[in-house]
Amino acid sequence: MLRVQGFPNRLGVRGWVGGGRWGMERYLYTLHRLTGLGLLAYFLLHIVVTASRALGEGAWARAMDTVSGGVFKVGEYLVFAAFAFHAANGIRLVLVELGFGVGRPIEPVYPYKTSLDAQRSLAIGALAAGAALAILGAVELLVLR
Amino acid sequence: MSDATAKEILYRIRRFEPTRDRAPRWQAFTIPRVPGMTVLDGLWTIKQTQDASLAWRSSCRMGICGSCGMLINGRARLACNTQVSEIDAAVIVVAPLPNFDIIRDLVPDLSPMFDAHAALMPYLIRDDAREQERPTGEFSQSPQELERYLQFSYCIKCGCCMAACPTYATDPVYSGPMPLAQAQRYNADGRDGGFLRRRAVLGGERGPWRCHFAGECSRVCPKGVDPAKAIQLMKRDLVWDYIRLRKEQCPAAVMSKPKAGTRRPDIPEPPPRTV
Repeated sequence: MLRVQGFPNRLGVRGWVGGGRWGMERYLYTLHRLTGLGLLAYFLLHIVVTASRALGEGAWARAMDTVSGGVFKVGEYLVFAAFAFHAANGIRLVLVELGFGVGRPIEPVYPYKTSLDAQRSLAIGALAAGAALAILGAVELLVLR
Repeated sequence: MSDATAKEILYRIRRFEPTRDRAPRWQAFTIPRVPGMTVLDGLWTIKQTQDASLAWRSSCRMGICGSCGMLINGRARLACNTQVSEIDAAVIVVAPLPNFDIIRDLVPDLSPMFDAHAALMPYLIRDDAREQERPTGEFSQSPQELERYLQFSYCIKCGCCMAACPTYATDPVYSGPMPLAQAQRYNADGRDGGFLRRRAVLGGERGPWRCHFAGECSRVCPKGVDPAKAIQLMKRDLVWDYIRLRKEQCPAAVMSKPKAGTRRPDIPEPPPRTV
């Protein structure tokens, strides 16, 4: 087969976020990845902070003093909100990726109905559950505490 | 919608001539607007009246051949299937399908997609090769069995789904929506017995596990094939297979002719066999 060397045109990470003409599930996909990376960053920071205990009581006290400021409190809430979304959307993804909620194969008749339409209520439910969890977290972390 | 009363329309086209350009560039063309014109009609007008060197692929002009997939105003679509009047912008912006190398102008190199397609064995796999080469009858298939794969068999391999997939945008190893949907088309076919052979590819990093249901493939598919659905159903089959709950599929047998019964006199004889 004839092979030619073309100009590279792969979108890369721009493919996650670029466009602006995408559907709801595309944004959920991007947000799921971003919140996942955010949670990973938090875990790494968490390890660094707790590891300071090994350096002695003074180092531990200084680390606790640093992370108890207002910025970290808001950051802590953002981590919780990211968790709420990631967990709720993750449950949706587990269900969908096991073939639940996507519907059966049908003969395509225009205007086409796709698996996106079939699982839309699941997506909205996951978003609502994530939002409810995030609101409860806001009350607990930012108001009551 | 674009201004339907305008007499002219502006095209911005991403050009790339490999012997002259080091990188793609944009070029603008203004052409007369004709009622009912498609984006492909506009490209032909530009080629015939302004720049004969403009290159793209097209053939059937009716959304069957899958040649004219392009990025039109940010969305992967068939140029022949897209009316200028349905584009919600004053300017028609046309670029080659992303995620494929550009050979020239609007011509993408689709060979990685076809290589991935071939690697997933998109054909019936059966033990009775002789029956397939010299058939003695038809393989049995009920309407319900047909429905399990019919939707996925409408694929025209235009590559729009590959261009829209955010996972394929970052991961060249991933097979992509079209090859995977076609693998599922054959896995779900009651006449096929090749699941275990395809599983060797599908279970690895080229398989469906990198799909996380962004769904863009199904949204842009011009034929309603719904690759996202095919991929999720494939994952379910693979999981069921992994935990040994998948029902083994025996390839459908050749249907035998009825041995008894008499033909009604008002039904004519069938035409001579051609195979």
